[in-house]
Amino acid sequence: MNESKSNLERVRAIIRSQYFWGIVAIFLLLLINLIKDPSYLNLSYNPTTGAFVGNIIDILRAAAPILMIAVGVCLVIATGGIDLSVGSVMVVSGAVTMEFLSAANQPDSIGAAALAILLALLLSTVLGLVNGVLVAFVGLQPFITTLVMMLAGRGIAKVITEGQNTSATNEPVRWIANGYAFGLPVVFLIAVAVIVVVSIVVRKSALGLMIEAIGIDPKASRLAGLNRRGLLLTVYAISGLLAGIAGIFATASVMTVDVSRTGYQLELDAILAVVIGGTSLAGGKFSIGGAVIGALLIATLDKTVLFLGVPSSATPAFKAIVIIALCLLSSERVRSLFRQRRLTTPLTPKETVPS
Amino acid sequence: MSEPLPIVEMESISISFPGVKALDKVDFRLFPGEVHTLMGENGAGKSTLIKALTGVYKIDSGDIVIAGQSRRLTGTADAQAAGIATVYQEVNLCANLSIGENVMLGHEVRGPLGINWSATHRAAQAALDGMGLGHLDPRQPLATLSLAVQQLVAISRAMVTKTKVLILDEPTSSLDAHEVAGLFTVIRRLRDQGVAILFVSHFLDQVYAISDRLTVLRNGQYVGEYSTRELDRSMLISKMIGKDVETLRGIGSERRANHRSPGDEPLLRAEKIGRKGSIEPTDVTLHRGEILGFAGLLGSGRTELARLLCGADRPDTGRVWMRGKRTEVSNPKAGLDNRIAFSSENRRDEGIIRDLTVRENLVLAVQAKRGWARPIPRREQDALVSKYITALNVRPADPERPIKNLSGGNQQKVLLGRWLATQPDLLILDEPTRGIDVGAKAEIQLTVAQLADDGVSVVFISSELEEVVRLSDRILVLKDHRRIAELENGPGVNADTIVDIIASEVQEEVGA
Repeated sequence: MNESKSNLERVRAIIRSQYFWGIVAIFLLLLINLIKDPSYLNLSYNPTTGAFVGNIIDILRAAAPILMIAVGVCLVIATGGIDLSVGSVMVVSGAVTMEFLSAANQPDSIGAAALAILLALLLSTVLGLVNGVLVAFVGLQPFITTLVMMLAGRGIAKVITEGQNTSATNEPVRWIANGYAFGLPVVFLIAVAVIVVVSIVVRKSALGLMIEAIGIDPKASRLAGLNRRGLLLTVYAISGLLAGIAGIFATASVMTVDVSRTGYQLELDAILAVVIGGTSLAGGKFSIGGAVIGALLIATLDKTVLFLGVPSSATPAFKAIVIIALCLLSSERVRSLFRQRRLTTPLTPKETVPS
Repeated sequence: MSEPLPIVEMESISISFPGVKALDKVDFRLFPGEVHTLMGENGAGKSTLIKALTGVYKIDSGDIVIAGQSRRLTGTADAQAAGIATVYQEVNLCANLSIGENVMLGHEVRGPLGINWSATHRAAQAALDGMGLGHLDPRQPLATLSLAVQQLVAISRAMVTKTKVLILDEPTSSLDAHEVAGLFTVIRRLRDQGVAILFVSHFLDQVYAISDRLTVLRNGQYVGEYSTRELDRSMLISKMIGKDVETLRGIGSERRANHRSPGDEPLLRAEKIGRKGSIEPTDVTLHRGEILGFAGLLGSGRTELARLLCGADRPDTGRVWMRGKRTEVSNPKAGLDNRIAFSSENRRDEGIIRDLTVRENLVLAVQAKRGWARPIPRREQDALVSKYITALNVRPADPERPIKNLSGGNQQKVLLGRWLATQPDLLILDEPTRGIDVGAKAEIQLTVAQLADDGVSVVFISSELEEVVRLSDRILVLKDHRRIAELENGPGVNADTIVDIIASEVQEEVGA
């Protein structure tokens, strides 16, 4: 009896958590796909490549870049800021990688791949730091700062590739996006590893608490001795770095950087993922786990739209409907409406008991 | 005077929150043309009762009758429609709008082309005239006004709607004496017009000056309704805290008995520190285990001086020595590293971090000192938190509760715990007892006295001169952004001494 009650409590806690409806939505979308095609969830094993093949695997692979930027944007939003530049940082990172590889002496070597990636991540982090400096030290608004960086980033990418959609051949880089390890896509495993590292760094150190504190109340945090500027710099740099990784993921799968399409409007997907995950745009308490759920949902949604054959012109509207429904479900006000309706019946007899 | 019908009658109101019975069958009556004060310690249920009356909280049981009609209030709009308006402690106005826009917000005069601004401003002017604020120009931005005048504007705003019941929740907590007098003039004027006024304040003097009737709550329960004339102060305090007041009186005398003469080397010596526009160059010396009071009216520079000492603001002149060594305290972190802790007067904006738990709030400053890479292990955190929750008697003693759900006095205790956990040598307390009840106030004063006995130096700032005199070893008197006197505390010194010093310095603004 007691045990079932505590189980019930646990279930309640999960239902109350902000991203519960995100999980439900993922399952619903999968269910819809399953109804259309009963073999949708089938996984087959390809012994020659050592890989699982199936729609789920495709979704996980597609989710990797969104996962990266969603986690970065989540941290920025927690400080009360926003990072609109992640999509553009992605294209810069992709442009650097492809341009470096296509110009390298031994374009197909591991050394060239490592150097290209290092360079791309370095530049992405620097772009993040520029955001951070402008926000923390110059005192510009995060929205304006990163909006400018969003416009500038795509420009920088075009300068790097001289406006071309540069392609390159490099097996190690290609493997990152298209290869398999332990039967799963490498790109997804890297994403998971990065998220685990970020989560551990943020939650096992005091970084998470400090980020939340400056997001909730910057003045009080300063008086408590927190270094707001340093924290902001760190967070924007992390966001830039993660966007750089996402850019490599996105370009490596086709080994081409498309300067006008790579990462285009992905910042909006990242922000949506964060909001679906229950992190308030006002800053403060954040949930990396929630952002992960949000990113997975958006990847599932993208694949579902394709699978159902929704006309491409109707895709944004379809996406919007799913997301607005989700936001309504997780809104405190809508939920309390439901709760009140449920509560009225059992409470009435109690009130009549004299005490 | 025949007794008219009450405009508000609340009967047997109960409200529960998870785990707490916030109000337990509380009665409350309010008559037109009276000022009725709600008294009780923090957490007694005053705010909850007000929120029940303004429709913020739904009542679990009981009746609310307004002007003879039973009402179910399900939101603030319901309360407003019933003629109830509230002015909160923190002014809820838009600083970037003009005075007139603030007064008329939502009630702008409309013409065929949308809002008729000149008519709106005329109506605002009329409303301000009615409050005796005719000298204000409604087109002026609100931000140019002092907090006290903003408060009066907030009341004018409340009176634009046909308000029959005006609730003033701690309106005086950030006002100085003559501003309070101005506010009271307005309150009396409204009362004479037949408005029923519900007043909440922790200042007993003010309560006795303005109110006709009192209702006392304790731990969510109704203690009684009294006529102000029939209940003297010590009886009132006993009713509020439910115990004898002699313990409170003991603190001051005990403190003075323990007064020690300072040692040789001062902990802190500041020479001519100042900052343009906030405080003129001032010398401050502080010995170990000494309590230095800063006395002065609001805006005298006492807060500004404290902020320079702790690094919250950067001084542009002067030099500071800590423990005999030249020190630059250029930001709060540097202050903490030098074992200087500063508790701001603005608990809401510069103290608590609302959405974090009691535990997180308490360990924050220690964590900031250690840096982000060296998190305090959870077990150490728990030990630290339970130590201060017990020592400072924080209620409820639940470290995982968000701090915003605690009453003001308990938030203040958590903040005190945050600073004490950094093991400061110098603790600067700016208005640590403002807006909190008698019981918590006594506990905080007791803690401060105890700290000084343990060798911590304290700068104590308060608007209540009695409090400064009771606790301090030495008192620095400030006025108009500069130091005008410094005196050793002793048997001959009392609040009037300080008032005299402030008053005689320039022959205006005599407070009491």
